Amino acid sequence: MIQGISIYEILTVTTVLFFIGVYGFLTRKNLISMLISVELILNASVVNFVVINKYLYPDMLQGAVYAIFIIAVAAAETALAISIIINLYRQINSVEVKDTEVMKH
Amino acid sequence: MDLSTFLLMRHEIVLLVVILLLIIGEVFIAESKKSSMVHLAVFLFGIHTLIGFLSIDYGSLFGGMFHTNALIQFLKNVLNIGVLILLLQSGDWLQEKIIRVNRGVEFFILLFSSLLGMYFMISAGDFLMFYLGLELSTLPVAALAAYDITKRISSESGIKLILSAALASGVSLFGISMLYATTGSIYFTEISYVITADNLTVLAFILFFTGLAFKISLVPFHFWTADVYEGAPISIASYLSVISKGAAVFILMILLFTVLKPLMHIWENMVYIIAIVTMFIGNLFALRQQNMKRFLAFSSIAQAGFILLGLITGDQLGTATVVYFLLIYIFSNLAAFGVVQAISLETGKEQMKDYEGLYRTNPNLSLIMMLALFSLAGIPPVAGFFGKFFLFTAAASKGYYLLVFLAVVNVTISLYYYLLVVRAMFLRKSDNAIPYFKSKVYMRLGLLITAIGILVIGIYSPIYDYIYELSRNLL
Repeated sequence: MIQGISIYEILTVTTVLFFIGVYGFLTRKNLISMLISVELILNASVVNFVVINKYLYPDMLQGAVYAIFIIAVAAAETALAISIIINLYRQINSVEVKDTEVMKH
Repeated sequence: MDLSTFLLMRHEIVLLVVILLLIIGEVFIAESKKSSMVHLAVFLFGIHTLIGFLSIDYGSLFGGMFHTNALIQFLKNVLNIGVLILLLQSGDWLQEKIIRVNRGVEFFILLFSSLLGMYFMISAGDFLMFYLGLELSTLPVAALAAYDITKRISSESGIKLILSAALASGVSLFGISMLYATTGSIYFTEISYVITADNLTVLAFILFFTGLAFKISLVPFHFWTADVYEGAPISIASYLSVISKGAAVFILMILLFTVLKPLMHIWENMVYIIAIVTMFIGNLFALRQQNMKRFLAFSSIAQAGFILLGLITGDQLGTATVVYFLLIYIFSNLAAFGVVQAISLETGKEQMKDYEGLYRTNPNLSLIMMLALFSLAGIPPVAGFFGKFFLFTAAASKGYYLLVFLAVVNVTISLYYYLLVVRAMFLRKSDNAIPYFKSKVYMRLGLLITAIGILVIGIYSPIYDYIYELSRNLL
């Protein structure tokens, strides 16, 4: 627990972080930026879990453990996404979304 | 501690052993004999499927994180049968295209890991296990969708799948964190005692719903479906539309009917609206598709809308009808994808107009395709009719007459576009129809099993009674 800071302030920050992530995912035109936006969303939930655990239910460690698992899974997800992006880059020399639109309707 | 309690996880353990044996096989089997890997994988998975039918104890493990009961075992067996048929259907493709460039074993390992994730997902007893299972079942499929690394559309479909999956699971996680804030636990049983319909819980539920709605490809989250199906190898498209969707529907059903039951007056309305929108969008977009894979993608979106009709009831009848429909849907959709795969493997053609005059050259394939499409559309003698009929009965038993009426309208629309394919195959004449070809043994076996399934499941009523009996207690 941090002295002088209530849970409301931290949850506001994580919520803002979450919506920045969603906004970034929907507006960015670059695959890497979209990936970064997804990471923002995941990190918002990680902070959420830890903070809720610490402030509201400090006698159990469920939230903290959950956070560790999310970090590990997020790393795996990023690694896989990056490897697919690299493979795509080898073929079309671009990581822009508009160049990945062969299939439509 | 008694190690024999781990035998509750027999499905998972046996599948893990299969994966490890395949890795050992990859190391020790000589380069020149690599094509036997397909036989080995099919053989091992066949044994795994058979072992799955042996009786097993029910209970929970790891302090309630993992639990099994009769219905979950049954669904795992259904998924096993689906994957086995899928392996049979894709055996020839693997041998001709994939083993030759020495990338065969990874395919099986990724596929089976994804299935393992689904096992853990449907037996999950808390949200941590659920999340890990969800990710384990999604990530390998993204790698598989991008498996054809020389093809551009394959990579594109892979990146589309992984980015949308990551977004959906991220949003879902944010919802779970809010649910944790309001209930103070991540265990299903503990949550179901304390959950109440306050505002934060409702918001949490809506965010959480996103993650599963994405996997089932319900309408606001369906945009990835058609592109991924078109770009991915056909067996992976088939896997996504059948196995992955089936497992996700099942865990969604468990969550809605047990943990989130106190919120029923809220999710009822959500499911109601999403069901209508999903059916209409899926059907109307399917009308204008020319590529068979995209066509089947939109048809599977529409089928997901029909499944929601069973989910809306929230009782034993709903459970039984949803599981029964899933069983039929797995067979019918695997048959349709199997025929598309057989033709694509032989000739590389995937457009609807290539199917013109197919009956004159390849009558057996056309008949199986016709059976599959009739079953998907719900025409009486085949199983699909009974599946849809029971779903509508379940929804009508709760008084959702308008919803059932709209669903029937949608069945009519879907009949039109399914019959377009049947007409192309049977009534149209074409100068350059696909010439006669004979599929290999695996493909024929796979198609035969699906055809038998479509014909038998609907008529042989003890199957439905058995499912109804199993669905008495969910959690």
